[in-house]
Amino acid sequence: MRAKRNYLLEALHMVKVFGKLHANDDITLRIKAGEIHALLGENGAGKSTLVKMIYGALQPTSGEFRWQGEDISIASPAFARKLGIAMVFQHFSLFEALTVAENIALAMPGRFNLAKLSEKVTTVSKEYGLPLEPKAVVADLSVGERQRIEIVRCLLQEPRLLIMDEPTAVLTPQEADQLFVVLSRLAKEGCAVLYISHRLEEVKRLCHTATILRQGRIVASVNPAKETAASLAKLMVGGDIHVVAHQRKHRAGTVRLQLKDLNLPADGPFVVELKNISLDVKAGEVIAIAGVAGNGQSELFDAISGERPLGRNDMICIDGEPCGLSSVNDRRNLGAAFVPEERLGHGAVPAFRLSENILLTRHSSDPSLVKSGLLQKNGATDVSDRVIKAFDVRKGKPDPEARALSGGNLQKFVVGRELDRIPGILVINQPTWGVDAGAAATIRQAIIDLARQGTAVLAISQDLDEIFEIANRIAVLSRGQLSETHPAGEISLEQIGLLMAGAHEVEEARHAAIA
Amino acid sequence: MQLLLERRAERSRRMTLLSPLIAVGLTLLTGAIIFALLGLNPLRALFVYFIEPLTSVWSIEQLIVKATPLALIGAGLAVSFRANVWNIGAEGQFTAGAILGGIVPVFFPQWQSPLALLLMLALGILGGMAWASIPAVLKNRFNANEILTSLMLVYVAQLILDWLVRGPWRDPQGYNFPKTVSFSGWQLLPQFSLGPIYINLGAILAVAAALALAFLMARTLKGFEIRVMGNSPRAGRFSGFSRSRTVWFCFLLAGGLAGLAGICEVMSTVGQLQPSISPGYGFTAIIVAFLGRLNPLGALVAALALAISYLGGEGAQVALGVSDKIARVFQGILLFYILACDTLILYRVKFLKSSSAATSPA
Repeated sequence: MRAKRNYLLEALHMVKVFGKLHANDDITLRIKAGEIHALLGENGAGKSTLVKMIYGALQPTSGEFRWQGEDISIASPAFARKLGIAMVFQHFSLFEALTVAENIALAMPGRFNLAKLSEKVTTVSKEYGLPLEPKAVVADLSVGERQRIEIVRCLLQEPRLLIMDEPTAVLTPQEADQLFVVLSRLAKEGCAVLYISHRLEEVKRLCHTATILRQGRIVASVNPAKETAASLAKLMVGGDIHVVAHQRKHRAGTVRLQLKDLNLPADGPFVVELKNISLDVKAGEVIAIAGVAGNGQSELFDAISGERPLGRNDMICIDGEPCGLSSVNDRRNLGAAFVPEERLGHGAVPAFRLSENILLTRHSSDPSLVKSGLLQKNGATDVSDRVIKAFDVRKGKPDPEARALSGGNLQKFVVGRELDRIPGILVINQPTWGVDAGAAATIRQAIIDLARQGTAVLAISQDLDEIFEIANRIAVLSRGQLSETHPAGEISLEQIGLLMAGAHEVEEARHAAIA
Repeated sequence: MQLLLERRAERSRRMTLLSPLIAVGLTLLTGAIIFALLGLNPLRALFVYFIEPLTSVWSIEQLIVKATPLALIGAGLAVSFRANVWNIGAEGQFTAGAILGGIVPVFFPQWQSPLALLLMLALGILGGMAWASIPAVLKNRFNANEILTSLMLVYVAQLILDWLVRGPWRDPQGYNFPKTVSFSGWQLLPQFSLGPIYINLGAILAVAAALALAFLMARTLKGFEIRVMGNSPRAGRFSGFSRSRTVWFCFLLAGGLAGLAGICEVMSTVGQLQPSISPGYGFTAIIVAFLGRLNPLGALVAALALAISYLGGEGAQVALGVSDKIARVFQGILLFYILACDTLILYRVKFLKSSSAATSPA
């Protein structure tokens, strides 16, 4: 009995079957207190299924759990929380209409005092370097900020086992570093961490053990510090991973997308105001906009896509055509394509089939889809099949609902839907957040290939690895202001870090003072 | 034992069809219990209530008469509710349609021409649309909750009707009864025979409306727009659709159909304007829309089912001596069960052994 007590949680011979799919096939996982345990695998490898069973959100088909050596079954998330298991989900479970503090209060057992809780939220978030405003309404927050809420919510429960599903996907390097400090400290305090990530470098840095899943089975359990990122990736995909090929030297053509003194006042208390943004994106180049979550990225995207109206027509020109007052579809008809950050509910309708989701962005620009107001279902299915084939979108049924797809596959579909049009301009917000390494490489390669064909690409991303992989020029967005662009080969991580901290804002203020 | 709801990856097609049937079954069971508590033989009571209305030609005609306004209104509401536009005031739009269409017989009782018929129908539609445009304006301009505004306007419309038939529009030869002149000739709907059964033009219009709206929803860009706006408004905006346009479209459509139902009702069954022209069709149509899976064709079938509850209520009053308000009770229970059973479409129920939950943590 004594030996078993060493483990905080044991999951023995876990099997979970969905229909014919064995999502988990005889998986045994043992976690010690104070250990940071990585769970690696491609999308669809069974990681989410496994942790959902540990968190009580799914019930295993067979297999058993032991908690500190005692047989238990985890009937519900509430029971899991009672044990001391907390989880930060990849898809957040927050109520958009409520404030940060109210959302956290909902997860706390028993009665609570909102004022006291708000204080506690502020203290804990400060202590762990995860700044949060308790009174902010969640709907106004960026993905990165929403994740902070989830993390702080878990920390308040003083967990004994913390499950994190891709926590750094939306964080800046600095934020991620801060998170690693938090996690290391929690581990020292005796808390176990089960850490799901696609970022192999950070797993190497942070984790004590790594369990690697492929197609529902464990393929290896290793000490990540002794592995290389390449060897881990190989274990995950069962082969060598595709390296994104890129020509640094590009011949930029004419300006296709032009932003001229774009200003957009904030229309809510937690919305960022965009100030004097000017940028030229030329044919054949990829410009990446880096920046910390919540510095105006989604506002900039909405302004360029036309989802939020602008004040003047000439703030945006597409191929020389002013369109600051045009609708999103008019801009699409000028050759622009847009991929928003949020896949479910913005880029795609969760309850619609993939073929219907094709219509969402292409009904006005593609005459084969709508003829005199009537839907051409065959046209939509053809496009959908083409996208699915070109981007290797994996799905269980011929034409499933969008919500049934995993994050990576849905992102490939949403990106593929736009790329299939061969647009003149592509604006894409967070191209690969929460996407596995294989899908991310596919998407990034597709973006680069598109630019080579003469498209002007503007990518907004928080992932610096990604930015250096795809961008020809890099600019940084900070508090609604955009820095100058810098050629990707001539700017260092440190310089970007300084710009993220607002170095260019000061510069502009000084310019203003001189003038 | 512990009950657990597990989310399905997709909507279950089987449950989409089964859920209303389960709801009907549970309603019958609950009805039997209520009848038993009233001291009646539950089987006989259910027979009188639900089967007897289907046993004679006369009652089948009555069934169609009662189903007609329900189907017309229900089809429009089904489309509205799909777009998350919560028009609860169809009863008021029904009344407004009857009032505006009633102008023709009240002021030109002698005018006999097919044009009178067409004009009355057109005015009925316009009346419903006009009444529905009030909550639409309030919603778009001031973001006022359309559930409250449309509902409150029901009572305004009913009181206007009440005032008209007691005051300015009262039939001078009507012995002071609160009613207008009786409509006649081309001011009434023509009837058609369908074998032994007679139906009026309204029933044909109801079927045509259901078919047209089913086509609109499934095959046109407008229908796609409505479904997108109802499912995810953010994606709808990304798709270039406008929320205020959707609100306008849904209110005008559902209002127009409710107004048409209203004028058809006074041009057939009622035959005049009087203080009460509807046993709550506009409200019952809300249940029709949900029972019909928010599908216009489904609403047609659901309208027949709800029509039985009206006829059964009348039958039960005569044969069993219970209040005809029992019809409202059944309708309420049915709506409750439909909404509850719809959970099964996106979730499956699981039973867990309770022993696991009993294991104490730590």
